[in-house]
Amino acid sequence: MASFKPTKIQIYPQLGAKVTQDTLYWKNYKAPVQVKEFGAITNIDFSPLAPHNYAVTASTRIHIYGPFSQEPVKTFTRFKDTAYSGRFRSDGQLLVAGCEDSVVRLFDVSGKVALRMFKGHTKAVHVADFTSDCYHILTCSDDYTCCLWDIPNSTELTKYKEHSDYIRCGATSKLNKDLFVTGSYDHTLKMFDARVQKSVMTMDHNHPVESVLFYPSEGLLVSAGGRYVKVWDLLKRGQPLVSLKNHHKTVTCLCLSGNGQRLLSASLDRHVKVYNTTNYKVVHSFDYTASILSLALAPEDESVVVGMTNGILSIKHRKTSEEKQGPTGQPRRQPVFRVFVKGRNCVPKQDDFLVSKSAKSHLAKYDKQLKRFNVSKALDTALEKNRKPEITVAVIKELDRRGTLKNALAGRDEQNLSQLVNFLIGNVVDPRFAPVLVTATEMILDIYKAVVGQSSVVDRQLVRLQELVEREIDYQQDLLEVLGMLDTLFASTLPRKEEVCREHAPVSYEISYFRGYP
Amino acid sequence: MVEHTGIRVVHRGGSKINFREPVITSDSRFLLCGSGESVKVYSTSTEECVHDLQGHTDLVTGVVLNPSNHLQAYSCSADGTVRLWDFTDGILIKTFIIRYHIFSIHVSEKHVGVLFVVVPMANEKGSELFQLVAVHLPRSGDPEVEVGELSAVLCDVSPNPGAVSFGTGGEYIAAAKGLQLEVFFFKKQKSYRFSLKSGMNKGINNSFTCISCHPKEDCIATGHADGKIRLWRNFNQKKEYTYSTLHWHHNAVNTLRFTPEGTNLLSGGIESVLVQWRYTQENQKDFLPRLGAAITHIAVSPDGSLFCTSHADNKITIILSSVKVSAIIQGLVKDDCVRTDLMIDPRSKALVLNGKPGHLQFYSLHRDKQLYNLDIVQQEYIHEQGVDQFQVVKAAFDTHGDWLATVEERRQKSSELEINLKLWSYDEQTQSFVLNTTVTAPHEDQITAMCFSPSPETTLLVTTSLDGHFKAWLLADHSDTEESASWSCDFVGGYHLLKPGCCCFSADGSLLAFGFQEVVTVWSPTSWELLTTLSQPPGAVRDLCFGRLSCSKYLLGTSTKNQLCCWNLLTCSLEWNTPMDVSLLQADPFSENMAAFCSQSGSTDLFVFKPSEPRPLFSKKALCTGKVERAIFAPRDQMLESSEEYSQWLNRSQLYFLTQHMDLMTFSTKTEEDRLLASSKQLMVDDSVAITPFYLLLGRHKQQQQEKQELLTNPLAERTPLPQGSIAIKELLDTPAHVLPSASFLCSMFVRSLLVSSSSRSKLEDNVCTP
Repeated sequence: MASFKPTKIQIYPQLGAKVTQDTLYWKNYKAPVQVKEFGAITNIDFSPLAPHNYAVTASTRIHIYGPFSQEPVKTFTRFKDTAYSGRFRSDGQLLVAGCEDSVVRLFDVSGKVALRMFKGHTKAVHVADFTSDCYHILTCSDDYTCCLWDIPNSTELTKYKEHSDYIRCGATSKLNKDLFVTGSYDHTLKMFDARVQKSVMTMDHNHPVESVLFYPSEGLLVSAGGRYVKVWDLLKRGQPLVSLKNHHKTVTCLCLSGNGQRLLSASLDRHVKVYNTTNYKVVHSFDYTASILSLALAPEDESVVVGMTNGILSIKHRKTSEEKQGPTGQPRRQPVFRVFVKGRNCVPKQDDFLVSKSAKSHLAKYDKQLKRFNVSKALDTALEKNRKPEITVAVIKELDRRGTLKNALAGRDEQNLSQLVNFLIGNVVDPRFAPVLVTATEMILDIYKAVVGQSSVVDRQLVRLQELVEREIDYQQDLLEVLGMLDTLFASTLPRKEEVCREHAPVSYEISYFRGYP
Repeated sequence: MVEHTGIRVVHRGGSKINFREPVITSDSRFLLCGSGESVKVYSTSTEECVHDLQGHTDLVTGVVLNPSNHLQAYSCSADGTVRLWDFTDGILIKTFIIRYHIFSIHVSEKHVGVLFVVVPMANEKGSELFQLVAVHLPRSGDPEVEVGELSAVLCDVSPNPGAVSFGTGGEYIAAAKGLQLEVFFFKKQKSYRFSLKSGMNKGINNSFTCISCHPKEDCIATGHADGKIRLWRNFNQKKEYTYSTLHWHHNAVNTLRFTPEGTNLLSGGIESVLVQWRYTQENQKDFLPRLGAAITHIAVSPDGSLFCTSHADNKITIILSSVKVSAIIQGLVKDDCVRTDLMIDPRSKALVLNGKPGHLQFYSLHRDKQLYNLDIVQQEYIHEQGVDQFQVVKAAFDTHGDWLATVEERRQKSSELEINLKLWSYDEQTQSFVLNTTVTAPHEDQITAMCFSPSPETTLLVTTSLDGHFKAWLLADHSDTEESASWSCDFVGGYHLLKPGCCCFSADGSLLAFGFQEVVTVWSPTSWELLTTLSQPPGAVRDLCFGRLSCSKYLLGTSTKNQLCCWNLLTCSLEWNTPMDVSLLQADPFSENMAAFCSQSGSTDLFVFKPSEPRPLFSKKALCTGKVERAIFAPRDQMLESSEEYSQWLNRSQLYFLTQHMDLMTFSTKTEEDRLLASSKQLMVDDSVAITPFYLLLGRHKQQQQEKQELLTNPLAERTPLPQGSIAIKELLDTPAHVLPSASFLCSMFVRSLLVSSSSRSKLEDNVCTP
């Protein structure tokens, strides 16, 4: 004897973004902490040393924040004008920063006064960075030049004058002390080798370059400029690999995730996009309130720090595993779930005698009625308030399959009928439910056409239903017209192939549901 | 062409077991039922078939227990004989030759030596009128006896055995036909007729369908086509008879049966609910609902402890008297037509076809047993006439049996067609198929063909539909999301808006052929490019088949206008064609052979050929009457080593086909029959015990031990020294328990004693074989 099979509730595919591992990973941050700075935040740099403090360059100051404090643990204020590009050395002891007044300053992280001042540029220095041997500094300036400086005796080693516009970004190689890359507003990226006097590689970005970034392997280089992010293969003499256009305003900043698997780009369009570095597809995107100028990720992606034009620094910390499980302090409701599943996964031992007990199946209310062939009651329970329309439609469909829908719909009083018609008004034009509900509507009209005019409530609802259906017919007609136009367009644009007729419309809603409707 | 006599067409399993009422033996241990041309004896507790009583040469139309010997049973058949069997040993005792087509058989305890059979009145097979005749069995020792005396008891009876019943231990016999009930009293030699008023003008069909007489009292229960049950009383006179009416069934009452004591009345019908009415307290009813399919017969064991119901889906349910199902004997379910093709499950090697409504059945051909049912529709089946139900119309397996695709459809009278495509993945843990993806409305019209790509790299399914399109479905792997892998549409194609009728992949999956009415199109499934079109008008393409192995360059097609064409795919030209009305073309998956069933003047011929050779390997004219629509090559579990040229094609696989009358037939060769005979000899074991797998494991062992015992007790025989084992066992059993060492110590010794050393064993077996 088989048990009663419950009514199958149709599951409709949900439109919208799918939940991927990436979305889960990048959504797993707490609500952002916001700190107001004095001006636009142009640079954020994490210290490579353990507590991972980060230097935030904004206006004429550089603030150093601790990983969890919202107050700066340290401030460098000895700038005459706007500071730029405050960066840590790889040992975390020194910090270098450029300035609008063309002087490059080198600070001890624990001190206050500049240890060294490098003077030699004539215009604002937007980029300053240490080379990988820790003894030299690279600076790039708006006077179209870039320089290498020696830290111990603060002398200029080499000056490269190859760019023809402002140089606004640069990056030093982490593996080779002599290599560095600069990007300029003259649309080019240039790679320099300190051992020779001129650039060794030039790449054309086609837009003013705002940011450059080496991959950890340094075989690939990423540059951002205009709305484009481009990836270059350095091992193939700077061949372009991919060009990504996912922002609709200038991309200002680039960053790699802790494991190097994801690339992040921030833009003036207030978005941060996360790319998969194997296929360069956008896997996630963050929204911010203002245009983003700077972006940095803490090691292991522990936090995402974003600086914006309005001077707001937004810090998101990763949720720890305890916080993921929700608030713990609250007392649990009784009885706990464990009570019900007690002994469910108990494995019988060797000598145990097993007494099997058939699990009691729980049927929904409407299924209980259907099992007893009480069709009207089944429909009543399915029409109860707060039920999902999917369930109601599934019950109507089941009744229709049993051939008893007419019996279930007939014999209703005013209140019952108006409830039914109300449901139809709400759902009959939904393309998911239309095929089932149109049959039901026709049946209701057939059954109750004799009593139309006896109840003002039902009459009003029927008129509403009629209007609704008429409007829907108009929509469908318009849509069909558009479809016809599109077909013509597609037919003319597709290359003519003799025999094959190709179509790319695997899922299209049936538009003509209402074609034959009265 | 030469006809080969070495290959016979045989029935091999899958016959109906619900054709006539089953019989439960008086000790309730066995259940007898007619199954095709044999009578099967099942064990009521294990559901295993214990004996297959073979001997009849036509359909068995009735089985009854011998009232004078409860270990014997009579069976009657359409071949005009009644046979008496000893069903515990499976031995044919006697054959009574009657020479009429027998429709049913009835016996009664009061009439010893008399059988009542229903035969056609005009002694012709096609006759519409039937009569009940009494057969006086001659007392003779011969195994085959001709029966001379036949005396008519009732004229114009229904051939349905449920419409005739003996009352009060055989005092009278009641028969119903149409709107008339006839009761014949043996003592008075007088019959009374009672008729009902026709309710046809009121739209009610109240004709009699079945009848059952109370075993103790004078009461006849009759079932009617409008669902009513009438209880007739006081019918031993013409005038003052009375009847009362019971009504629960909403469709015809198919069968009625009183329990042996007469306390309960059982009834069943299309609702598939067994209703138990209390006699004299008819408002008290017990129900056993959802038995699976319409009840066709009810039988009760002589002691009343067991009921059994036959169902329309070729099933017998054994029910305890407490109205609980205790066992189910399930045969191969065959509806009026098999909508899905016959298929072989690559994992279990079971035959797969649509079974009971909304299910796929997996049927083991070797064991002639249904393995399991897979619920495809997953909807409550409403047992009611005139309700449009979902039906499984197509199914396909991929090469390894990891995926199963099914199509179910439901056509309503007024509204449009509902189609669902479902894809099932095989779950290793539960050893069954689990629903993976449901596609509602995959096509706008009926799906005509469906096949999986055999290539191992991709999991690709192709469906063709009458809406003029074919669609390719691909397993999309969402490894980056939370969801598991699911199927989605990859490509939609068509050809000049023609309707595709069939599709076929080449053996390596690199080519895909569609038959678009008269045109065959060949596509590449990797790039979805149309490679070539082949056409041989007139006549639409009916079937397409790629050659295999050495013949893989050929594509075979059959058309409706009596053509069998073979194209060479290398030259894209027609290699050969013959005028043949091929109703079915089937490729053997294990060789390059093809089987073509041709219908010719009402019967079907079979040709087995290789596409590269002009001469057929095997041909058989007039295989069966009617068209053959379904056939399948099933792999053999043991390869045959036949060297004759004409039977070599049967070495690796076996060809099964379904005739128009839904009989599952196959071909059997001489070597195979010899082997079967040998194995059946081997199975000859102690007859008093039912042969269950458990018995086969332990029973034979016991037998060997018995032999040992015999050796032990027989001092005259020149035997080898006594086996060690029996002494050890004897010691163990004879020694008082309190002087025995601990059980753990004895255990290993005991187990060792059970092992027979190889030398003594071979001798023992010699002894067993030469008694």
